[in-house]
Amino acid sequence: MIPFLQVDNLARHYQSVKAVDGISFSIERGRCFGFLGPNGAGKTTTVEMLEGINEPTSGSILYQGKPLGNRFKDEAGIMFQTTALQDYITVRETLKMFQQMYPRTIPLADLIESCSLAEFLDRDTRKLSGGQRQRLLLAVALVNDPEVIFLDEPTTGLDPQARRNFWELVRSIKKKGKTIVLTTHYMEEAYVLCDDIIIMDHGHIIAQGTPDELLAKHFGDVVLQLPIADFSADCSQFNTQKKGDVVEILSNDVDRTIRQLIELGISLAGLRIRQRTLEDLFLELTGQELRA
Amino acid sequence: MKFNRFLAVLGARNKEFWRDRAALAWNFLFPIMIISGFAVAFSGDGPDLYKVGIAGADSTQKLHFEETKYIQFIPVTDLSAAITKVERHQLDMLVEPSNHQFWINDTSPAGYVLERLLKGSDEGFKRKAVTGAGIRYVDWLISGILAMNLMFSALFGVGFVIVRYRKNGMLKRLKATPVTAFEFIAAQVVSRLWLLLSVSVLVFICTDFVLDFRMYGSYLDLLIVFVLGAICLISLGLLIAARLASEELAGGLLNAISWPMMFLSGVWFSLEGINPWLLKLAQLLPLTHVIDGARAIMIDGAGLMDILPNLITLMVMTAIFLAIGAYTFRWE
Repeated sequence: MIPFLQVDNLARHYQSVKAVDGISFSIERGRCFGFLGPNGAGKTTTVEMLEGINEPTSGSILYQGKPLGNRFKDEAGIMFQTTALQDYITVRETLKMFQQMYPRTIPLADLIESCSLAEFLDRDTRKLSGGQRQRLLLAVALVNDPEVIFLDEPTTGLDPQARRNFWELVRSIKKKGKTIVLTTHYMEEAYVLCDDIIIMDHGHIIAQGTPDELLAKHFGDVVLQLPIADFSADCSQFNTQKKGDVVEILSNDVDRTIRQLIELGISLAGLRIRQRTLEDLFLELTGQELRA
Repeated sequence: MKFNRFLAVLGARNKEFWRDRAALAWNFLFPIMIISGFAVAFSGDGPDLYKVGIAGADSTQKLHFEETKYIQFIPVTDLSAAITKVERHQLDMLVEPSNHQFWINDTSPAGYVLERLLKGSDEGFKRKAVTGAGIRYVDWLISGILAMNLMFSALFGVGFVIVRYRKNGMLKRLKATPVTAFEFIAAQVVSRLWLLLSVSVLVFICTDFVLDFRMYGSYLDLLIVFVLGAICLISLGLLIAARLASEELAGGLLNAISWPMMFLSGVWFSLEGINPWLLKLAQLLPLTHVIDGARAIMIDGAGLMDILPNLITLMVMTAIFLAIGAYTFRWE
């Protein structure tokens, strides 16, 4: 079967800088595919090449078996990291303007309902809040009823509630069988939304798989967190790491570790246990925190 | 080219312009203010020096009249053109010594004084009267001001706006749609063109209502000159904006082009008598050809055939600007 999007040996060089350095992968139809990486990792450059915005230095991208062309433009929806909209026109007029540009569109009413735009439909686009603006930009990306939707850091700068509302919108798009390509700084976002993940650094792919596969492959332990003030005894027997005011104990056997802590007389009043996350994986693989 | 996509960009750009009240008001008010200011400033009498044209001035026989001080005697070769100048008060009197006749304008006080002086100095001259209102500085200036406004609006309204769109990512967003560069550029040209023409027509009508400009040519011809001029200047704006992503650099470049045009294209003063190489340089500026053409139509009653070199120059310049602009255009 021909992959929905097939990328082979893709590279983009800017003079001596290798922003993307010969990466290959494929994206299946109907999946949400996430790119993670710190700033400068090459994820936006990669996605912009997939979108047809940025020309690759070398390598190939095939959309349903064919090079990106007019059909791809008609069937792709793109939400850039930063996009200015035409000033002095309303949300409704913005949607109509983009509708006019495509041969196939979805009815305005459906778009307004699915992206919850009704309450500010006649507002000037300059007067929208961050969350409203992102919903409009998503609606613009969906105006042509696309087969594939690119979302480049769509929730950066949004408050937690607006971010969760946006996730709901993305989930509803997924349910319609659309393919989504997402870049994000937020590990939680990637975990919640993505079926497949690529972690990039310095223009290379350093890990690839489903979120659970990646976690299972790299981690067999869980994390016990204790306030640093409670952790005064000799604890050299544990595998620990300090994080601010908290000490994290990495353990393969939670019951045994807790028994050991009790034996050492350490208070467990502030104990918290958590599963390993993509944040841990990222730290492990890149040696750095995600820079949002 | 898909007409729908062209209309989508055109419609949005028009709405943006009409709803930006400050910019809209400025586009209309700026030329009106300048013309009104100059009309007031130059509404008084001109200098007291009389101007008399002498036809067949190479004749060795000088008139006594020509010895009169404080009169500027100007040799003329084209009699009919000189008569037209008397009609328009550009000459106070025209004398043809070989045929013993002179022309004055009955509505000109200067002509009355000069007639008395001529009759006192030389006898036997036959009087020929013409009529016609004088050409004021403001009549001469209007075509220059309208063309200058056309230039600023075309260069900054297209060039600067496209650079802004490129900088803020709007062009990148459009690149992701099926809209082609040609459709986008065509929409920008048409949007700005009809705006420029409606502003020019409205300003002309408003100021004409108050100042009653002299217009000896055809309004349609004048419109054609402004249409060709506007397209040429818009194309120049597109050429400058083809690649730039810095508003500061674009602003500097646009100023570097528009200011020399404003001074060397004859907006404020006639280019006759300026340094020959500056005159040659002025011929390379599109604004010179717009102003020359418009002024010839308004003041000299020229037709399109009379100003054909100006029109052809504007069309050739437009083709060059558009070709280079389209070739070098980048969305990002």
